[in-house]
Amino acid sequence: MSRQLLTGNGAAAWGARLARVDYVPAFPITPQTEIIETLAAWLETDTMDGRLVTLESEHSMITAAGAAAATGVRVFTATSSQGLLYAMEMIYTVAGWRAPFVMINVSRGLAAPITLESDHNDIMAARDAGCLQIHCATCQEVLDSTLMAYRIAEDERIRLPVIVNMDGFYLSFTREPVELPTVEEANGFLPPFDAENVVFRASAPTSQAVAVLGGSPYSYFRYEHHLAVLKGNEVYDEVAAEFAERFGRRHEAVEAYRSEDAELLFVMTGSFATKAREAVDRLRDSGVGIGLLRPRLLRPFPETRLRELLAGKQAVAVIDQNLSMGKGGVMHAELASALYGQPDMPPILASFVGGLGGRNISAEEFFEIAKVLQTAVAEGKTPPPRLLYTRDELREMRKLQAVAQVEREELGGGR
Amino acid sequence: MSAREAMIKRMKDLPSTHLLGTGTPMCAGCGGLEALHEVYDVLGENSVFVNAAGCMTLLSVYPFTPFRGSWLYTAMASAPAGAQGVRDALDILLEKKRVTKAEDLEVAVLTGDGAAYGMGLSATSGAIERNLDFLYLCYDNEGYGNTGQQYSGATPHAAKTATSGGPRGFAGYKKDLFAIWVAHKPAYVATVVGAEPLDLARKIEKAKQLTGPRLIIALAPCPPGWGYDPKDSVDIGRLAVRTGVWPLKEYVDGKVVHTKIPHPRRPVEEYLSKQGRFAHLFAPKRNEALLAQLQAKVDAYWAQVSE
Repeated sequence: MSRQLLTGNGAAAWGARLARVDYVPAFPITPQTEIIETLAAWLETDTMDGRLVTLESEHSMITAAGAAAATGVRVFTATSSQGLLYAMEMIYTVAGWRAPFVMINVSRGLAAPITLESDHNDIMAARDAGCLQIHCATCQEVLDSTLMAYRIAEDERIRLPVIVNMDGFYLSFTREPVELPTVEEANGFLPPFDAENVVFRASAPTSQAVAVLGGSPYSYFRYEHHLAVLKGNEVYDEVAAEFAERFGRRHEAVEAYRSEDAELLFVMTGSFATKAREAVDRLRDSGVGIGLLRPRLLRPFPETRLRELLAGKQAVAVIDQNLSMGKGGVMHAELASALYGQPDMPPILASFVGGLGGRNISAEEFFEIAKVLQTAVAEGKTPPPRLLYTRDELREMRKLQAVAQVEREELGGGR
Repeated sequence: MSAREAMIKRMKDLPSTHLLGTGTPMCAGCGGLEALHEVYDVLGENSVFVNAAGCMTLLSVYPFTPFRGSWLYTAMASAPAGAQGVRDALDILLEKKRVTKAEDLEVAVLTGDGAAYGMGLSATSGAIERNLDFLYLCYDNEGYGNTGQQYSGATPHAAKTATSGGPRGFAGYKKDLFAIWVAHKPAYVATVVGAEPLDLARKIEKAKQLTGPRLIIALAPCPPGWGYDPKDSVDIGRLAVRTGVWPLKEYVDGKVVHTKIPHPRRPVEEYLSKQGRFAHLFAPKRNEALLAQLQAKVDAYWAQVSE
């Protein structure tokens, strides 16, 4: 074990290197590019033994990733945002092939308007694809989750792609101290990929990903896929336990922070949850009984664990860094469906949307959210969903609009 | 490669063992299936066909396949990238000695013209530019055949399709995919048709001996899409060659060579008049101007071919 200052992207590249990946189909996209540049440099200098191929699109990249995994090599790939969406047909498709590989998604807001900065709408768009998803809050987690992801993906009960998600800029470009396992330690945790009989070999002809006729065989394979993803709960816990034993770092499926004696809870994913954590400490100092739950595992959705952690609580604020237009925060809806009708669940489940396109969520906003929860508990009434936006932001926005209007008039296009 | 295959000179040298199984859901008289049969006999069963969405997606329907070798269905746009993944994985396994040379496979893309001329063109271009060692077979039925023959980038001028049903047929012109591929300078490019099995077999045999991207367009006469009786598929294929509409040629070592120059070249009308998709050129009234234009286009092509 050694300690290095690494960006999230650097940690992801180290994860792939320590996982001894054979094959890296790649395509550049901000803010993910540093991952493939790092791997390319190692592969070119024979620091790493494998092959990187730049495809002509993310759609092709994921096709090549799935096809190589289906041929029996260990595959790593990475993308972000528009790239993930461009690849989306194949994300669904290769998941159905039951071809295990690991992909990093560096979360970035989706167009339009186009932006480079982070939110979770990209990764949420992949939530029904049939891949497992692990969401990270620190650079250390990115490295550890990548290693864990291979164990989970390649487990015979799973055999599916696993996506490890980190936030663009906040993790991808932020250096943090990261404990690097030695090669021996990593090898001890992650054995070589055994593709068993799901390969292409001259001596054993096989057809993969064939068509089906009719809803019955189709449903069978889809249900089987769903059940395999659900098995991810148990496999994740086993792998996390072994990881903790070997490396001393425990990454629960749901990180629970000061939740045991809390009456109120924030629920968040990703690096912004570290802001919520800080807010919890300050609220606790001022006597508010609040905690934080941070699901790391998004697919499968760790429903049982969340129910256990939320039993007997008074109110929950789900802070979604995504927005399903016409519905609201995605995780809020998911959590509601997990809790509804179950005994002893919190009566108040409030929705907040914030942090879109890299927008900060300030400590004051967390305090305000806590206040909203307290009021809701006192009144016994769930507050309406809230889109976080401050008066100051609106003033700045109005200035931009004023500039745009002046310029438009100047150019003769004004109304 | 066996010694026998290296000597395909006459019809009787063609493989007598047929590798592709029967009972597939392809239409009766499918010119694409005819070409695939002939290609597979030469290519052999130590192969994996990476398929793009199209008519032939239905060759392998769970739990059946006509292939003695392997198969991977991908999607419409990215079969060449699927071939890239399989080829790279096999190379890695061979390099790292995790499999023996005997386990290696010839990687072949199988795609219709809808994907080859349009949606999959970028992926094909990428695979050629990366010098991928693969065979690419496009069965070109000159339209989106699997969905009922709407026009595609491969549809010839004036052909009636499900989306070009007017009196002049398709307004566009068939894209010159051969030239687009040749511009990439791959190892091998050829046009074939199942109705000329000797020419086809010799080209596949040649392609098999080369490494790098080897791309084949097989004209695939299509009874339901082109509007003729399935029993006429072979005749239509032959007429495509003998009227000069479908030039049989290959690109190798930097040169394009025509492998069968029609002598004498029959009038294009003989080919067109046998197909329902061109019936509007003949009835209710002959469209002399359009027929002359189509003939002139073929004449102009052959005028620049040096014998």
